[in-house]
Amino acid sequence: MRITVTVDGTPCTDDVEPRTLLVHHLRERIGKVGTVVGCDTSNCGACTVHLDGHSVKSCSVLAVQADGCEVTTIEGLARDGELHPVQQAFHENHALQCGFCTPGMIMQSIDLLADDPDPDEQAVREGLEGNLCRCTGYQNIVRAVRDAAHRMRPAAGPEAGRLASDTASRVGAGGE
Amino acid sequence: MTSTIEPEIGKSRRRKEDERLITGRTRWTDNLTLPGMLHLAVLRSPFAHARIVSIDVTEAKSAPGVVAVFTGKDLDPESAIGMPCAWPITPDMKSPRRPILASDTVNFAGEGVAVVVARTAAEAHDALEAIDVEYAELPVVLGLENALADGAPLVHEDLGTNQNAVWVFDSADAGTGSSVEDAISHSEVVLKRRFRQQRLVPAFMEPRACVVDPTGSQLVMWSATQVPHILKTMTAATLGLPEHKVRVIAPDVGGGFGGKIAVLPEEMMATLIAQRLGKPVKWTESRSETMVAAHHGRDQIQDLTITANRDGTVTGLKVELLADMGAYLGLVGPGVPILGAFMFNAIYKFPAYHFVCTNVFTNTTLTDAYRGAGRPEATFGIERMMDELAVELGMDPMEIREKNWIRHEEFPFTTVAGLTYDSGDYEAATAKAKELFDYDGLRREQKERRESGDPVQLGIGISTFTEMCGLAPSRVLGSLDYAAGGWEHAEIRVLPTGKIEVITGASAHGQGHETAWSQIVADKLGVPFEDIEVIHGDTQSSHKGMDTYGSRSLVVGGIAVVKAADKVLAKAKPIAAHLMECSEDDLEFSAGEFSVKGTKVSTSIQDIAWAVFSAHNLPDGVEPSLDSSDTFDPENFSFPHGTHLCAAEVDTETGRVRLRSYVCVDDVGVAVNPLIVEGQVHGGLAQGIAQALFEEAVHDEGGTLTTGTFADYLLPSAVDLPSFTTDRTETPSTTNPLGAKGVGEAGTIASTPAVVNAVIDAVRHFGVNDIEMPLTPMRVWHAIQHGSAAAGGLGSEAGGGLGSIDATGGAQ
Ligand code: FES
Ligand code: FES
Repeated sequence: MRITVTVDGTPCTDDVEPRTLLVHHLRERIGKVGTVVGCDTSNCGACTVHLDGHSVKSCSVLAVQADGCEVTTIEGLARDGELHPVQQAFHENHALQCGFCTPGMIMQSIDLLADDPDPDEQAVREGLEGNLCRCTGYQNIVRAVRDAAHRMRPAAGPEAGRLASDTASRVGAGGE
Repeated sequence: MTSTIEPEIGKSRRRKEDERLITGRTRWTDNLTLPGMLHLAVLRSPFAHARIVSIDVTEAKSAPGVVAVFTGKDLDPESAIGMPCAWPITPDMKSPRRPILASDTVNFAGEGVAVVVARTAAEAHDALEAIDVEYAELPVVLGLENALADGAPLVHEDLGTNQNAVWVFDSADAGTGSSVEDAISHSEVVLKRRFRQQRLVPAFMEPRACVVDPTGSQLVMWSATQVPHILKTMTAATLGLPEHKVRVIAPDVGGGFGGKIAVLPEEMMATLIAQRLGKPVKWTESRSETMVAAHHGRDQIQDLTITANRDGTVTGLKVELLADMGAYLGLVGPGVPILGAFMFNAIYKFPAYHFVCTNVFTNTTLTDAYRGAGRPEATFGIERMMDELAVELGMDPMEIREKNWIRHEEFPFTTVAGLTYDSGDYEAATAKAKELFDYDGLRREQKERRESGDPVQLGIGISTFTEMCGLAPSRVLGSLDYAAGGWEHAEIRVLPTGKIEVITGASAHGQGHETAWSQIVADKLGVPFEDIEVIHGDTQSSHKGMDTYGSRSLVVGGIAVVKAADKVLAKAKPIAAHLMECSEDDLEFSAGEFSVKGTKVSTSIQDIAWAVFSAHNLPDGVEPSLDSSDTFDPENFSFPHGTHLCAAEVDTETGRVRLRSYVCVDDVGVAVNPLIVEGQVHGGLAQGIAQALFEEAVHDEGGTLTTGTFADYLLPSAVDLPSFTTDRTETPSTTNPLGAKGVGEAGTIASTPAVVNAVIDAVRHFGVNDIEMPLTPMRVWHAIQHGSAAAGGLGSEAGGGLGSIDATGGAQ
């Protein structure tokens, strides 16, 4: 079947088999290998991308279902060399170790913040329930998402910077 | 000219490696595509034990896209040596040959029997369906005690036994202590318990994968491995290839936790196929394959006997272990329980110690290293036991630990297991943890809840632990019959412009070596952090190394970097003296500058680098290079320690456990990067807590893994875990120049007993003194209803009630 998917702003037209999963289409045909596969039961969230602005596990969507849609992957987040605030917050808060879950975590976090711009700790944890991480114990991911929420607030300004450096200085003292 | 004034070591630097990881520009093995590359898919046995009667691949060979199909017989002639095991723990250890693909019998469900090569991965997987294998089922052996029972079916008929090896340490024989049998006959209290370490799956997030390219002058293998150097040597040895014709690259690797320490049959299979077809091939496993085919961890039964005086002083410890090896031996599998031999005595001053471990074969996936390897199992046993002893004696569990631990002024201290702990301050870490935790306040609340019969009971769990990091002094490994050494190698190249390349043999898979090594070199040489590039994971650039496991990276690999940096300075010094026309004795070095004492005359490392490059003006006989390399072989392990405190709320009506707070104070010596240390602790805690509460690899009676996907194997998500309060004390290690101790496994080792002790403490007044892990609501509820007798199979056999031979003191 011939489909057109706009991936990270670029329209891509391709023939795909009806059974091809979006994640395989992205990785194998379009070369967007930043999106990764961690499981075969749609449990890990490593493959999360945005489909028309909402997060989906791209291993649970058929490529043909994405025909005519906009897909944003981790590779399309940074604009003009500027990291997305969530990417920046993951870096600042040491919210990744091996980084395999990270693309999916970041994509899911952005969607979570779109729904709830100021989530408390529990809301972040619930919002990330479908994304597994084996390295971080989640604490710094939660911290990063809340930090990003502050950075993304329209009037954040210097306040956002202060929060970021507070987070940094808490390192070693622990606790959220 | 430049200088770095602020020390880099101790700074919470943001990681260099993050940039590619957060932007999706990571080099995972599965991302790699080479021209003409073919794809492999492995057919795996559905049976745990069966004879292969026949395999028909005719139909698969003509399936769309298929290039070739191989069975075990095609790939793996009987003359080949089979997959390696590098740790023959006893001279008479039984070591069954593990083929690359099974051709005669399959010995666990998931063992590979055939492989399809096709143009795409999807076509390769499709064609698996067309392979027709006829199996004749054989009796399946599962369970440690069943496997050792008289008349048990044998996993390997030719070995004549399911017993792999028996390994013994006795303090009276070793001269490190007295006799445990004497302690058992003469002590006032003798307490026995049996604990089980359930089987776990390492569950790194990136499935294993390899790409093999045979088309160049060297065979190049990319692999999601923890051990590129070991893999290179073992590939050459296993397949009889000239080692200099093999290059292994571990690009970015998505977690390991010991689970990627193995040399894989699939890697050998891919190499043989790539060579035969003369084309690059890729193998990537699915998660369901990982669950059955990557090695598992833990899986022990521990019978412990502790002896003590009534005042709480411990007098002896006897440990009898049964350890499940699975169907074959992993690369270091037999040695994993042996590492526990040195850690069961933990931080305590036992005068007598006996350890015996029996390794057993069963028809299951093999076991091997998993985060902590042997030490979490040991720490669990002893920390649970100290709680049980406290109850037996009517003491507070903290008090019994304080009474028996090695005091700060007693370091260095040689333990009954024969290790010398160089430094530690258990008092300081414990005091800090108790304060952060509000130990006394929570004990009060616990009492109130108990008295009021609150349906939600509170328990406090303690784990005061130590571990041995920095694997390992080569001589120690030699004394334990391990086949390789424990050194690590580093090289520093000073480039003409004064920028630095650091090459390390310790290849990372998420630990942040690029950042930490840069900090070390920036401090030592006084060059900016940004001017340093760390290169690892390619046996061509990093030609020597022992790789990353056992929390050895910093305390072995990092020290090799320090030594190499010292050599750079030693080479620079005569050049600096020559350039400034002074004597070497008049020079001092600080923050990247050699200066003439008492003057303002100075020259920087960068200036010297350029002088070396131009080589117009060098002292006679000096080579034009500042490049240096060195190797570090530690003289001793390092011994991080800490105090972990857990408060657990148990809903007595549902059995549900909620971790209300978790506080840990770890002493990892000098922290090069506290940010990374904190991250490692968090991740470790999550894994240890998951063992206590969630994870277990379960087989049905036919040997099928019933927890074979992430839908059934309960890896905790963010909602399942609390936030942790972590802090540190810093007692530098005295046996390495950084004073570092290692941190990768600490959280995992300490947290499992802290959580289980907390839950049992919450429900002990219902007559519970053990619950088998994982502590699911069902198990906890059963324990509350029926005391320990119903809490799990083992609890009823040995845990409940038969604790003391000669002690009074109830379970209250
Ligand atoms: S790969 Fe899509 S959820 Fe795991
Ligand atoms: S950072 Fe490794 S899995 Fe999340």
